[in-house]
Amino acid sequence: MYNRLRGMNKAFEVIDHTADVGIIAYGVDIEELFSNAALALFSLITELESIENKFHFDLEVRGGDIDSLLIEWLNELIYLFDVKHILFNHFYIINLTHNKLQAICYGEDFNTMKHTLKVEVKAATYHMLKIDKGDDGFRAKVILDI
Amino acid sequence: MAQWQGQLIKIDDYRWKIPESYKSGMRVPGLIYATKEMLESMREEQTPEQVANVAFLPGVVGHSLAMPDIHWGYGFPIGGVAAMDVKNGVISPGGVGYDINCGVRLLRTSLSEAEVRPRINELINALYRNVPSGLGSEGKIRVNQKEMNQLMVEGSRWAVKRGLGSEEDLNVTEEYGCLSGADPDKISDKAAKRGMPQAGTLGSGNHFLEIQVVKEIFDPHIASIMGVDEVGQILVLIHTGSRGFGHQVCTDHLRIMEGAVSKYGIKLPDRQLACAPIKSPEGQDYLAAMACAANYAWVNRQCIAHWVRESFSKVFRKSTEALGMNQIYDVAHNIAKIEEHIVDDRKLKVCVHRKGATRALPASHKDTPTCYKEVGQPVLVPGDMGRCSFIAVGTEKAMTETFGSTCHGAGRMLSRGAAKRSVKGQDVLQELESRGITVKAGNLSSLAEEASQAYKDVTEVIDVVHHAGISRKVAMAVPLGVIKG
Repeated sequence: MYNRLRGMNKAFEVIDHTADVGIIAYGVDIEELFSNAALALFSLITELESIENKFHFDLEVRGGDIDSLLIEWLNELIYLFDVKHILFNHFYIINLTHNKLQAICYGEDFNTMKHTLKVEVKAATYHMLKIDKGDDGFRAKVILDI
Repeated sequence: MAQWQGQLIKIDDYRWKIPESYKSGMRVPGLIYATKEMLESMREEQTPEQVANVAFLPGVVGHSLAMPDIHWGYGFPIGGVAAMDVKNGVISPGGVGYDINCGVRLLRTSLSEAEVRPRINELINALYRNVPSGLGSEGKIRVNQKEMNQLMVEGSRWAVKRGLGSEEDLNVTEEYGCLSGADPDKISDKAAKRGMPQAGTLGSGNHFLEIQVVKEIFDPHIASIMGVDEVGQILVLIHTGSRGFGHQVCTDHLRIMEGAVSKYGIKLPDRQLACAPIKSPEGQDYLAAMACAANYAWVNRQCIAHWVRESFSKVFRKSTEALGMNQIYDVAHNIAKIEEHIVDDRKLKVCVHRKGATRALPASHKDTPTCYKEVGQPVLVPGDMGRCSFIAVGTEKAMTETFGSTCHGAGRMLSRGAAKRSVKGQDVLQELESRGITVKAGNLSSLAEEASQAYKDVTEVIDVVHHAGISRKVAMAVPLGVIKG
């Protein structure tokens, strides 16, 4: 179960990039945008449906501006997966300012018997990074290094 | 996306110039090594724009260079080379890339195809068991923080001291497998934590381990100095880098560089080109951290080479000496180094960024290993797994034109997604097997991403650098068995 729709048509899309892969996340507000970008990230790593909500992890991330905050957020999640092998499927954004984010992330430990690893995402990049605000909410494009 | 419409001035059949007038802010012209046909796909991909963007960086000298295997990268194109004056220039982590010191190592053997082909399955299985590979692979050497710190400073020697290789391996590794100036204090706790469990692993993605057969020798004299004696001889190629460690070092320092860009008032056409003056604390810190990651990658390839030798030894019941498994060379594909070059008729200390490019030193250069002084430094250019790989050597012309640099591989043409849509992993596997190539992959979909169709033909790439004179072709080998992470 994850909170992907709140009035928007879709939570995210995965797009092509020659050497790597990109995501476009949507959100009615900036909090949902960040949450959906994180979901998009984990959809690349494994099947989101296979992740159960077994425990939560408190996270605080800082950045210089909203763009770098998004990159820091995704990189922090990549780090947690790479080192602690945690998969997340739900994100509750408690507080988000232009340079600080506090969130509770829900998920479980990676388990080879249960989860298929699709790709090894190694970093979120600033390349072509774009956060837009339109009439129906926010949109962010991020290229990930894999 | 629309085609790139900028001006490319033809110098000759293999050289194309982007004039400084293309974009206000370019400090030097761009220079692309390619055939006319290759330019089409480059225009399609907008890569010349990235070549022009690199020419904005403070202190850049000569040209912003692009090798024929160029493709779109983060900020810097992959296949890009740029040298910055150490006095007033910048260093950019984007000019090195995330996978710091991603590179290749080539081992020779005295075995022939006739001896290896009947045992290829056994051999591939032994290698697969012995060399940790695949998504999220963790190593069989476990290093603690103290060992990690030593490894970052010592590079390949760290592994050799533990019996994983020999002194001779170091002599035929770029920088002897150790970039100086590495300082573990410049490494974040996060980077070290990502690095420790992954030391000595192949990883996934485009990384591989390949058993090859020599198919053609273009220069028998140079080839024999490398121990490549005849067609049908078996070689082993190892392609990997610094794993999650290098990525974290790059991520950490891009963040620092972001601050440096505004602090030093540097104007950039693309945020991913974030950089800092080489002499600034931020620049020096990155160089020290990058050296740690470069050394980590050399340890990685050193350990893997040892396990490759062990596997061969076990399968053929002979010592590695009896199997003649000497290392031909080990080169970095993603690195920045402080080097001396002649610019405008004077000696200049520059920081050469090679991102998806190989150092290619000529004969008699002081840094060309003693055993290759007469012929030039070996350049190893892997193709995709269905085609072939080349061995070349550096030339004098590379010194005068490209800061002693050349191409690094085939260069991706299709995105991973497009490759997967056009071909299935299972089909790739069958097609390769029908051509006598045994493949073992951790993940079938990653196999589709690396299908031949996704890459440019490396033969065309090597022909450009050969005809342009920045490298000389020596030999070509084709795959017999492949392990993909």
